[in-house]
Amino acid sequence: MSLELSRALWRYRGFIMGSVKREFQARYRNSLLGAAWTVLQPLAMITVYTVVFSELMRARLPGLDTPFAYSIYLCAGLLTWGLFAEILQRSQTVFLDHGNMIKKLNFPRICLPAITVLNALVNFAITFSIFLVFLLLVGSFPGWIVLSALPVLLIQVALASGLGIISGVLNVFFRDVGQFVNVLLQFWFWLTPIVYASDTIPAAARPLLRLNPMTWIVQAYQQIFVYRRMPDWQHLWPLAILAVMLCIMALMLFRRRAGEIVDEL
Amino acid sequence: MGEIRVTGLGKAYKKYPSQWSRLAEWVFPVGKPRHQDHWVLRDIDFHLQAGEAVGIVGSNGAGKSTLLKLITGTIRPSCGSINCGGRVAALLELGMGFHPDFTGRQNAVMGGQLLGLSLDEIDRLLPEIEAFAEIGEYIDQPVRTYSSGMQMRLAFSVATAQRPDILIVDEALSVGDSYFQHKSFERIRSFRREGTTLLIVSHDRYAIQTICDRAILLEAGRVRMQGLPVDVLDYYNAMMAERDHQTINQHVLPDGRVSTVSGSGEAAITQVTLLDRHGMPTSFAEVGDPLCLEVGVQVRAPLPRLVLGFLLKDRLGQAVYGINTHRLKQPLSELRPGDELRYRFRFPARLGKGSYSVTLSLSREDSHVDKNYEWRDNALVFHVVNTHQEDFVGCSWLNAEVDIGVNGADSVAVDQA
Repeated sequence: MSLELSRALWRYRGFIMGSVKREFQARYRNSLLGAAWTVLQPLAMITVYTVVFSELMRARLPGLDTPFAYSIYLCAGLLTWGLFAEILQRSQTVFLDHGNMIKKLNFPRICLPAITVLNALVNFAITFSIFLVFLLLVGSFPGWIVLSALPVLLIQVALASGLGIISGVLNVFFRDVGQFVNVLLQFWFWLTPIVYASDTIPAAARPLLRLNPMTWIVQAYQQIFVYRRMPDWQHLWPLAILAVMLCIMALMLFRRRAGEIVDEL
Repeated sequence: MGEIRVTGLGKAYKKYPSQWSRLAEWVFPVGKPRHQDHWVLRDIDFHLQAGEAVGIVGSNGAGKSTLLKLITGTIRPSCGSINCGGRVAALLELGMGFHPDFTGRQNAVMGGQLLGLSLDEIDRLLPEIEAFAEIGEYIDQPVRTYSSGMQMRLAFSVATAQRPDILIVDEALSVGDSYFQHKSFERIRSFRREGTTLLIVSHDRYAIQTICDRAILLEAGRVRMQGLPVDVLDYYNAMMAERDHQTINQHVLPDGRVSTVSGSGEAAITQVTLLDRHGMPTSFAEVGDPLCLEVGVQVRAPLPRLVLGFLLKDRLGQAVYGINTHRLKQPLSELRPGDELRYRFRFPARLGKGSYSVTLSLSREDSHVDKNYEWRDNALVFHVVNTHQEDFVGCSWLNAEVDIGVNGADSVAVDQA
């Protein structure tokens, strides 16, 4: 089953890559600065966080006294959360957005979520490299440990894609799912230690944080970029299994309902 | 390669009374289904041999587009199977997936990729696509600056850049101006000559008659009739004209043609004869000879208005000439049951060699769709022979004369030399 899907993806790789490229180009097509905006936006964000939190508010992380620690902490969480949210939000509407094409053309529909995920990854790659350059400039680059972010990233993308495809398929039949996911993301963001540190919240709320898979992902990034330490792999293993299971479920659901999606759109 | 085999094909859409019942069905898959099946196609069986051209006709909502979408694989069948041998290309939604902000060239590449072509193949095909679309320098302009005709031309060129084993066409033949229509039609014909199987949906009777070997009539999601395009289209035509209580009869004439008679029967054709210049019944006419078509009509119910029309069709079913008494400004009105009418249409046989059929129609207005008393296909067949006139090509005798100028001198001078 997955063989069939991956073969379709491979056969249509030209279409997928082309679409990713095209969507990227389309965003900046009629702007003067073009792709510079992809760089300017994260740059502005990092600057604002650094100026506001490190300089104006003088926010400090417990145990770290460098002026940039908190802004690095923020960026490590926000940028990666941004990737997660983008994949989830865009894949839940991917079939609806391309309804016309799905109804009228015959092509492997699984290409659509693949394009969405790749697009989000391209945006993320640009934003994140700005972040890495910033780390180099302020002398906080974690060195080779940075490579340990890759498996974390892989788990995170798998989690997001699995959830994204499931909600994308369900959203075709029950539009409530789309609304629900948007509400859920709001809560989810604040239930993840991104802007705050997990040990600053009341002890009673901590078990809730532990149940949140994104807590472990974001903390892994914070370990790597703020404390320049390897992430805690023990906590990540179960997440990897969860991610794989979600992906399998998503593909099963997709395969089962692919025909009905066309009828329903 | 190029075969299409459709067996027991059916397509139903699920209708749920509410979203909640859908949810219930998803959550508790056991038990009786909570939806109703709405069948749009049922029990469809046909077989297309490689290289065959088949037209699908039927009124709106008969399921034609659904059938094509099933064959292209865009939607999945609810039951039955479709086996297609080879690559299927569809001219269903031309320009679907074009992005207005990108250039024609970029869109052509994307379109090709959407068909599953590789970049190398597309690079190889691009010059040909460009040349065929004939949009000149616009190829490097954003598609949003194109006229709709230009978009269609580009889309058609992309979709037909490679000869498919099976080509599916849905009324998309009206691409651009008449010049491009001819060009695209020619391309489809050349595909056919090279062995592509064709499946065409069209309301254009003549398009189907000229290219198809066979036609399939769909009605309310079922195959109502299959056969020669002329017969199927005559039947369809009659079906369109009749409303409810009317009957359609088809019977085979001695020469193998099928005669279709339909109508509500308030007036009936009792006699049809072709008369020669001496007023004698004939079935042969000399090119250019005066002819008279005599039609007897019996009125069987009070009629406010009655129009008789006749249509000459050539061997392929193409209309050659048609006229009616409405257009000739001689409609009859206020007829009583029992009235016997005799019409005589006189016209010269300015026709090419070959056999012609006469179709007759009794109706209230100009068109038989409004009120059809009787429609009779192949009411009469006659042959045109040419023994007196110069031998010419085509179905119309225009009796051309010629004048030739050589080196500026007029034709008289040439004659004398």
